[in-house]
Amino acid sequence: MTAQFASQYSSEYENNVSLLPGQSLDWLKSLRTEAFESFSSTGFPSLREEEWRYTNVSAIEKKLFSPQAIADSATVDKDWLAEFILDDCLTVVLVNGQLSSELSSLEGLSEQVTVQSMAQALEQQPETVKKYLAQAVSNDEHSFVAFNTAWFTDGLFVHIPAKVILDKPIQLLHVVSQSECLSTTRHLLIADEMSEAKVIETFVGVDQAYLSAAVTEVFVGKNAELSLFKLQAEGDKAYHFGGTYVKQERDSRFKHHNFAFGGLLARNDIHTDLDVASECDLNGLSLGVKRQHIDNHTRINHLQPHAISRELYKGVFNQRARGVFQGLVFVAEDAQKTDSEMNNRNLLLSADAEVDTKPQLEIYADDVKCAHGVTVGQLDEKSIFYLQSRCVDEETARNMLTFAFANEMVDKVQLKSLHDILLKQLLKRFPQSGVDKDWL
Amino acid sequence: MLKIENLHVSVGDKPILKGLNLEINAGEVHAIMGPNGAGKSTLSHVLSGKPGYNITEGKVTYMGEDLLDMDPEIRSREGVFLAFQYPVEIPGVSNIYLLKAALNSIRKHNGLDEVDAMDFLTMVKDKIKLLEMDEKFLYRAVNEGFSGGEKKRNEILQAAILEPKLCILDETDSGLDIDALKIVAEGVNSLRAAERSFLMITHYQRLLDYIKPDIVHVLADGQIVKSGGPELALELEAKGYQWVEGQAA
Repeated sequence: MTAQFASQYSSEYENNVSLLPGQSLDWLKSLRTEAFESFSSTGFPSLREEEWRYTNVSAIEKKLFSPQAIADSATVDKDWLAEFILDDCLTVVLVNGQLSSELSSLEGLSEQVTVQSMAQALEQQPETVKKYLAQAVSNDEHSFVAFNTAWFTDGLFVHIPAKVILDKPIQLLHVVSQSECLSTTRHLLIADEMSEAKVIETFVGVDQAYLSAAVTEVFVGKNAELSLFKLQAEGDKAYHFGGTYVKQERDSRFKHHNFAFGGLLARNDIHTDLDVASECDLNGLSLGVKRQHIDNHTRINHLQPHAISRELYKGVFNQRARGVFQGLVFVAEDAQKTDSEMNNRNLLLSADAEVDTKPQLEIYADDVKCAHGVTVGQLDEKSIFYLQSRCVDEETARNMLTFAFANEMVDKVQLKSLHDILLKQLLKRFPQSGVDKDWL
Repeated sequence: MLKIENLHVSVGDKPILKGLNLEINAGEVHAIMGPNGAGKSTLSHVLSGKPGYNITEGKVTYMGEDLLDMDPEIRSREGVFLAFQYPVEIPGVSNIYLLKAALNSIRKHNGLDEVDAMDFLTMVKDKIKLLEMDEKFLYRAVNEGFSGGEKKRNEILQAAILEPKLCILDETDSGLDIDALKIVAEGVNSLRAAERSFLMITHYQRLLDYIKPDIVHVLADGQIVKSGGPELALELEAKGYQWVEGQAA
């Protein structure tokens, strides 16, 4: 059945393949062909697969989303978009999967740093792209990755050379302005030895059905530090599939903050491979309302000794929303002295909301410290009473505590402009009677 | 100000308070002492409206009104303040936010406008000095990562800002070293006023060296078995709780 629906996309692919960037590169063509064959043979993931058992993507098979050939900036409401632009960052805007130079501004970017569209990078430095593309994740990871490799229309290529400290963060703003649009983007973030950078991925779109599929491959060099933030605030009817695949060299630090707020159905995969004494810090906050389905999968691979991983994912689900968390910490036989902590905390605000959570440890080394914890529950009655005894009525107390539960994750974000947008997006999705925004 | 008459309270089927009587007038400081399990904390919880207790008999009148009929937030807005034995940690809500929310709830309840932001800050900074706390505390999450002493000080800071009429201190001294106890006691003493009453619940006599009560009661097995002046506390300390427990039986 899946293969039959995939065939819908097969004929669509035939129509579009010649428009995809990098046509002159044989290696890319064969990479795309292989990826498409891999996708066609399996179709979209089914509920029978362990990694997808809680997330049904059949609605995507039944619709047919189509890519756009050009970045049509005229279709974007600029005033609305302005709300999502971070004023203390360099911003690159992708409209319907294509880079829009009209809406982007890289003024003030250090000359040492390369920031260009994937299409441009494939023309100007194909060998560098070849060295990294599909190296942090392979097509057989799952069929959305294969789909992305086959289809990607554009993306961003960021290269920070050794010892360069990026003074302004780079924002990558994905906008979908048209219904039924397929926006497939592929990004490469390369932070060489001893460099430091912050990158923010933002996803927004119209209130109509569309499909946004973005894969970001991240390479953090020796003793380098990369902070990656993701604000997924897609339109209410959107489908979002995001993958972040990270390769960390020794002594590197990778910090990820994943805010999954939007979309009808949203799935995120975050994988990182840790080399000797490297560190990763994965933070996540999912907010689900109405009938939203939000799925986060993380995998931390401790491959070498002395690496540290910290993970805290929180979820708040109201009405009929559903959350999924599957987190795996894998510790290889050689990864002695691994220090790992994984936590998933969920708050259910209604009787119809649901969470499926599955933290897993797979440990082959014998001298490690690994902890994990999960909670799924309601607000703490003791805290509600404490607030009531401090003059706050029960409804306000509940709203304050719900907000506070989520705000803990927002508060970890130091970047002011992003923090403000996150707060605004958070409050928009929450019961907030009695919560005074001016005091926050 | 507060009149408790023949109060019977149980948790599930188990009776905890068994006909407790107590009257506190404006400006008085009362101490209730008693062994563990006598019902001291139950009394403070029932007065502040914590759910989970069955009031099977008796009544509590506060400022001429039926206290037990009020929701917890109405009690606190009307001036009943409970300093918790175990203050709750609330990650994500800052102290300053809670103080402002609480104070404005009281003002609204009394038909007043919201407090001016600048006036509020000046007032809070003034009070925080009294408890020898760092201003940074204001911007930290309520009680999160606070030491035992810091939590108790924070409770008294809240009282200083909310200016209650009846202040119930539930084991405010337990877990404090002598220096922390002195600071907390000074904070409490500075709140003493002609129109403000205190009900101190404690297991240890030591607190009463620093906050002088007008009247001391001994609670044993759900009843007040003895009342007297401050000297009663000393006598109790010398003779131990067995002395009064015998009387209750």
